[in-house]
Amino acid sequence: MVEKTPILDTLTYILLMLGIVVVGFPIIYSIIAATLPIEAVSKVPMPLIPGDQFWVNIQTAWEKGNLGTNLVNSFIMAAGITFGKIVVSMLGAFSIVYFDYRLRTVAFITVFCTLMLPVEVRILPTYEMAANLLGPLQSIWDLLHLNGLVSWFAGHEIEVTLEWGLLDSYPGLILPLVASATCTFLFRQFFLTIPEELCEAAKMDGASPMVFFRKILFPLSKTNIAALIVIEFVYGWNQYLWPLLITTNPKMLTAVIGLQNLIPAADDLPYWNVALAGTLIVMLPPVLVVLLMQRWFVKGLVDPEK
Amino acid sequence: MIKRSFFTSKLLPYFLILPQFLVTATFFYWPALQGLVQSVMRSDPFGQHSTFIWLDNFIALFTDPLYLKSIGTTLFFSASVAAVSISIGLFIATMANRALKARALVRTMLVWPYAVAPAISGILWLFLLHPSYGVVAIAIKRWLGLDWNPVLDGKDALFMVIMASSWKQISYNFVFFIAGMQAIPGSLIEAAAMDGASPFRRFWKITLPLLSPTLFFVTVMNIIYSFFETFGVIHMMTQGGPGGATNILVYKVYQDGFIGLDLGSSAAQSIVLMTLIIVITVLQFKYVERKVQYAG
Repeated sequence: MVEKTPILDTLTYILLMLGIVVVGFPIIYSIIAATLPIEAVSKVPMPLIPGDQFWVNIQTAWEKGNLGTNLVNSFIMAAGITFGKIVVSMLGAFSIVYFDYRLRTVAFITVFCTLMLPVEVRILPTYEMAANLLGPLQSIWDLLHLNGLVSWFAGHEIEVTLEWGLLDSYPGLILPLVASATCTFLFRQFFLTIPEELCEAAKMDGASPMVFFRKILFPLSKTNIAALIVIEFVYGWNQYLWPLLITTNPKMLTAVIGLQNLIPAADDLPYWNVALAGTLIVMLPPVLVVLLMQRWFVKGLVDPEK
Repeated sequence: MIKRSFFTSKLLPYFLILPQFLVTATFFYWPALQGLVQSVMRSDPFGQHSTFIWLDNFIALFTDPLYLKSIGTTLFFSASVAAVSISIGLFIATMANRALKARALVRTMLVWPYAVAPAISGILWLFLLHPSYGVVAIAIKRWLGLDWNPVLDGKDALFMVIMASSWKQISYNFVFFIAGMQAIPGSLIEAAAMDGASPFRRFWKITLPLLSPTLFFVTVMNIIYSFFETFGVIHMMTQGGPGGATNILVYKVYQDGFIGLDLGSSAAQSIVLMTLIIVITVLQFKYVERKVQYAG
């Protein structure tokens, strides 16, 4: 701070406290609400002294919202997206940065055209694709009138339909969200900052590309990987639109989507205490990840190239 | 800046890029192509027959008062979300940057809403703004003397989704602003202070101009956020209602495509959204390049 002005300093801290309270208020209030019995939570205004019903509400929410299954689903989806994205993009960036091949520029352009185009803008066709992965093959099949050919060959009418659906499955939840170039782009940027001499030296020592990748590139990328784990885990856990479309089986619901069953409808009893208890459980894993890995996360978010 | 030192291998590079290529082709290029085709076709809801109709879907879209209204709602919504979350984030970051000793603690206390899903933010604010039980709703009614009913009143509903969407985004903006402010050399601020510039003047004349690349980046990210990721907020809180008052573009794609099964219109809407985001991305890349130039 430049001047020593106690008044300004005090004002700064007061405003800062106010800011933190305003930002934290929805959570503090929800935590209090989650400890209250239904009679207290529907009182106007709600009392601000925590009650003793916290575990009861958590239990009710856990059973009513089927949280056990949903949390496992969310965890598998978030971990799958995180792992898939990091592996796919690290290998891709390695190929683009450290090899010289004829289709390199083409590969670079095809991958980076997808940068920042979220799944939200292409939901219907992506849904159709996930509903039947072999759809494109089927179109080619139909285009070539191969059904006729097969029928002629077999001597009787045969209808060939190619189908391999991903609806209500983990790969269906994970794979379409892995198809994004953001991580590849970040890894490419990072690899470009690594001194060229390292690669030269490795080559001189006779290291194969994969040895270079394992022994040099991977250890150097650890901070970036840690940051991406946080960012992608939060991204995966918080997905909404895609899981909403692709899951119809209640056993495949993700935790965030499942919460909708806990929100009291207009003519229900206002079980907001239970709804908020469930909400707190579901938001806890990503919040913990962010808080525990804050240092890497902030670095990775703000300054991903170093 | 391209590396000059390369490994030479015939097949390995193709093998390494293959997974990326496969997921991108399957879940990006093919669907995008399908979307393009569908946007110039009229199909029956069961996908049995389709006829080529040139740009009729797009013409229908831009003459549809509901779609035009949705564009207006989206623009107002994202401008408000960006304005509210950026100004609060910037304000708190400025304060936190002054409070040197407590900066790490303050960051910890402000960073976590980043991890809250938009849909969950929707639930929290649905409770706070609930017309009968919500504490903020009661404050609005008692202190401001306003009638508050987001279930029936479109303006109230829009205000509600703006609150929920902005709240979650404050911490994202805060993290970027505080990092940007820490990168400003202290000597600049000290020199200005020595010349007698007041804290407010220093903020306007030094901090804010030097922060402008961050500010630009954050604005773009906020717009993208409010266009697409707020789907969860809308779906949890209002489902686009009442009377389409909170029906932003991305929600309308979902409603027309999945609920209404109007494939042609939904595909055309997706194409419009895609074009829009491509324009934003290109603009951003151009600007980022310029920023690199003045840094070097």
